[in-house]
Amino acid sequence: MEYNGGAVVAMVGKNCVAIACDKRLGVQAMTISTEFPKTFQATPKTYIGLPGLATDVQTLSEKFRFKVNMYKLKEEREIEPRTLAHLVSSTLYERRFGPWFVEPVIAGLDKENRPFICSTDLIGCINFAKDFVVSGTTSNQLYGMCESLWEPDLEPEDLFETISQSLMNAVDRDCLSGWGAQVTVITPDQVITRTLKSRQD
Amino acid sequence: MTSRLQQTKGGFNFDNHVRNTMMEGKGMGIPKATKTGTTIVGLIYKDGLVLGADTRATAGPIVADKNCEKIHYLAPNMYCCGAGTAADTEMTTALISSQLELHRLSTGRQARVVTAMTMLKQMLFKYQGQIGAALILGGVDINGPHLYTIYPHGSTDKLPYVTMGSGSLAAMSVFESRFKPDLSREEGISLVQEAIEAGIFNDLGSGSNVDIVVINSEKVEVLRNYAKPNERGVKEASYKYQRGTTEVLKTSIRDLVDIKETVNIHTSEAMDIS
Repeated sequence: MEYNGGAVVAMVGKNCVAIACDKRLGVQAMTISTEFPKTFQATPKTYIGLPGLATDVQTLSEKFRFKVNMYKLKEEREIEPRTLAHLVSSTLYERRFGPWFVEPVIAGLDKENRPFICSTDLIGCINFAKDFVVSGTTSNQLYGMCESLWEPDLEPEDLFETISQSLMNAVDRDCLSGWGAQVTVITPDQVITRTLKSRQD
Repeated sequence: MTSRLQQTKGGFNFDNHVRNTMMEGKGMGIPKATKTGTTIVGLIYKDGLVLGADTRATAGPIVADKNCEKIHYLAPNMYCCGAGTAADTEMTTALISSQLELHRLSTGRQARVVTAMTMLKQMLFKYQGQIGAALILGGVDINGPHLYTIYPHGSTDKLPYVTMGSGSLAAMSVFESRFKPDLSREEGISLVQEAIEAGIFNDLGSGSNVDIVVINSEKVEVLRNYAKPNERGVKEASYKYQRGTTEVLKTSIRDLVDIKETVNIHTSEAMDIS
């Protein structure tokens, strides 16, 4: 986790969800890249965030892309976010005794457009939350920010401000994360992805 | 479906183990798995049994989940409380639950609690304690109510009242001073509630709410969040940021369009089959 750094957070709003990540890729204290987003689209209305060891982030993002595509071909429908959470969970638990170093976050709207977010630990224990989930090296700071800023039933525009400010103020207290941020807000009829202007130190 | 793509064979995969021990040896920090610090208890009352659990999940000193579920479904007549590594308790109970369902379908009988207990202990013993699941198994079958504790290494106990997890001492102190045989349903539930609350308030690894499951030969009651002794205060002010506070460099919007397909069925003349 601490080797490459990174932060991911997801929040529930009123008929919408948001997922945000920082864009730093580092090797311990040295920054290698500032264009390394950690959220990936799984289905039109579901995103998966993968903070952790960068090699595993890339391996798993491809693995999940493959598994989600195979599910779509076999079932002839998009995977539901809750189903995806269990797919991620069992993929990680298979490596219980030699885990991937990632702590995934899943955010999306299900087929009735109900918001869904969850996170798992590195061996696939799912944490279903009704408010927000955090992950990565900045998780402690994010817990603090989200506990104070989040409130129920935020509109998509307000949810964007809340998640963006939570993430940016949290990564300012983490040396290993930051250097840009990407926020995705998912509503029933739009997916809005914004790149934020943030501190570069 | 035939596929040339590699299929998972089942069982654990150790491919990353060598790499991970190498990285650990070089001083790289390993992310902490979610643990359930946990107070879980169970007792037998006059016509059945009561299971109880707190709802806190922890990752080191951080509270990872304030309202998680620790009483897992095993079979229609059996539930199982889990303490220890959260993923292990979750996956172990899910695996045994699936095997019990198949067992029930192939025998056409309700599974017995000893069967579930034996399946769990044999699995945990096989993994020599590496699967960190400490369980309380409770259920009612043709032989009446049964309550077992199962330790990560595979040893088991069969007792009228049991506690497990980091809050087990706090909870057992309540049981030892107040348990007596043949309690009524209400007395049983309130004793379990008190035992869990002893864990919630005196053990750092346990917290939040009380979950209870009552099983007797007639019915199973799942009382999720039976007591909420730690309700959060309401915020006095709203900390909403004004819209437009965050500076945006780039925006991309993907509009999701609902595609509706209408199928017109043209009924032609019926085929002549005379």
